Amino acid sequence: MTFILKTEGLNKEYRLGSFVRSRKIQALNDVNITVESDKPVVIAVVGESGSGKTTLAKTLLRLETPTSGRAIVYDRPVVGVGSISSRKEFLSTVQPIFQNPFEAFSRYRPVDSYLHETARRVANMGEKEAEDAVADALDSVGLDYREVSGKYTNQFSGGELQRISVARALIPQPQLIVADEPVSMIDASRRMIIINLFKRLRDEAGRSFVYITHDLATAYYISDYIAVMNKGRVVEFGKAREVMSNPQHDYTQLLLSSIPTTTSRWRPRLRAAG
Amino acid sequence: MISIKDLQVSYRLGTRTIHAVDGVTLDIPDGCIVGIAGESGCGKSTLMKAIYGDITSPMHLSRGSITYGLKSAKGRQVTAQNIREEWFKSISYVPQSSMNSLNPVIRIREQFIDFPGTDSNKKRVLERARAYMGKLGLPPEAMDSYPHQLSGGMRQRMMIGLATFFQPELIIADEPTTALDVVVQKDILMLLMELQEEMKNTILVVSHDMGVHYQVTHKMLIMYAGRVVEYGDTDSVFSDPQHPYTKMLIDSLPTIGDDSMRGLMASAAGASGDRAYRVEPILHEVKPGHFVAQVAAAPVAQSVGA
Repeated sequence: MTFILKTEGLNKEYRLGSFVRSRKIQALNDVNITVESDKPVVIAVVGESGSGKTTLAKTLLRLETPTSGRAIVYDRPVVGVGSISSRKEFLSTVQPIFQNPFEAFSRYRPVDSYLHETARRVANMGEKEAEDAVADALDSVGLDYREVSGKYTNQFSGGELQRISVARALIPQPQLIVADEPVSMIDASRRMIIINLFKRLRDEAGRSFVYITHDLATAYYISDYIAVMNKGRVVEFGKAREVMSNPQHDYTQLLLSSIPTTTSRWRPRLRAAG
Repeated sequence: MISIKDLQVSYRLGTRTIHAVDGVTLDIPDGCIVGIAGESGCGKSTLMKAIYGDITSPMHLSRGSITYGLKSAKGRQVTAQNIREEWFKSISYVPQSSMNSLNPVIRIREQFIDFPGTDSNKKRVLERARAYMGKLGLPPEAMDSYPHQLSGGMRQRMMIGLATFFQPELIIADEPTTALDVVVQKDILMLLMELQEEMKNTILVVSHDMGVHYQVTHKMLIMYAGRVVEYGDTDSVFSDPQHPYTKMLIDSLPTIGDDSMRGLMASAAGASGDRAYRVEPILHEVKPGHFVAQVAAAPVAQSVGA
């Protein structure tokens, strides 16, 4: 069994206000998540704005330094004391996908240059090898290299661009991909393309995902494990099916009852006038 | 009742003209919430702008008409020509990402007084506004705050407060809850439904979330490529969708407790950006009050990247 993700007492404090009068915000409060498995998994992290889910993503991506605690990905410490020091090695273990693909890529550079750079710099590939790796990665997200090459962000739809982000993340062959709200900026009718892509990459390419979202329905659809966060704490964690079908914590129940479903109504819809 | 006849709204882009709304004929009855769904670029926001009378270049009304069965406070018939005078009186608009529409550098109470048509006694208006905001579940200090001091949900409540304060006959809400969390979203939607039941006015809600539509609306309008695909009572549209595009919209998103594969049709439509359906502008009444556009071509179902 491998520790796919294990966080030990992860804390993150932000300070607000001036040097003299500051207020502490506990964005992560003793976050302990352990996922041990032989197979790649999708771990969903759900919660409202300000619950700390993005801070958790940033911490796992080393974009924020935790105040205390550490994180282990595939048995290797990646964050906190004793973690792997090489940045290249880190980036070949954990890769990010961000919320807004239009912001993740510069408007002034062709998007495939990012893929090339990841191949050259992170995966240490030569020119020819990099070319092949980029083509392979784009192919695995259902895009054709010839159609992507040389184009800028404004020539793609949000969904296509997000698939290119996924392709970029795949190039260094990371074991874990941390996706922070990857579909919230994408048109609703095209979201499932990305979600199904994650599912396929887990099953066929053996990648694990941390899927940060506020959309519980898609979280239910793809995840194996789910962590529900509220005010910096993980209030409920477990197998996704178990947590969603039998939520124990009040907050999880509140979240689930707030989802607008198409099966039962919050209040009757009687026509007032005709 | 709002009657839309053969409406075509176009954008001029250089030498090209794009018909964002192309031959829409529609009757919207009074006193109900109508949901409008469809993917980005289907013309739903353009249709809303046209109904609101906010037609500015490069957008223009190239064909057809809208008649409003509304009367202004002075008893004048509201028409497409004088509708701007009715803004925030008998018709109001909650724009997309409206929580960022409040002026960030002045207090919210000033923005209330700023409204055109507020009566000249500012003190009295403010008192009424404060009482009204209390009713909407906002603390009294909220009126004296700057927008950044309030949370997204509070700002959205404030926007709905501003939009409903004058008890308009028609409210257009473009994605009113898109940027909000589920818990806050439910609060806002419940508030909207309660206010509508009280005021008995007409609300047009644009949303991409079919769950929101099912919860809130009385009637549903499905749009695709600038045309109406399906229009009918919400219960009828959800329980017996006629057009394949409507079926796809309802079925494509996952639901909790259902493990079946989702979104394959959606990906077929989205992969190449091609139009998967050709929608005819003529609607047929399949059931009383349930209209469907004739299905011209069957969609090509295929999964992406498999």
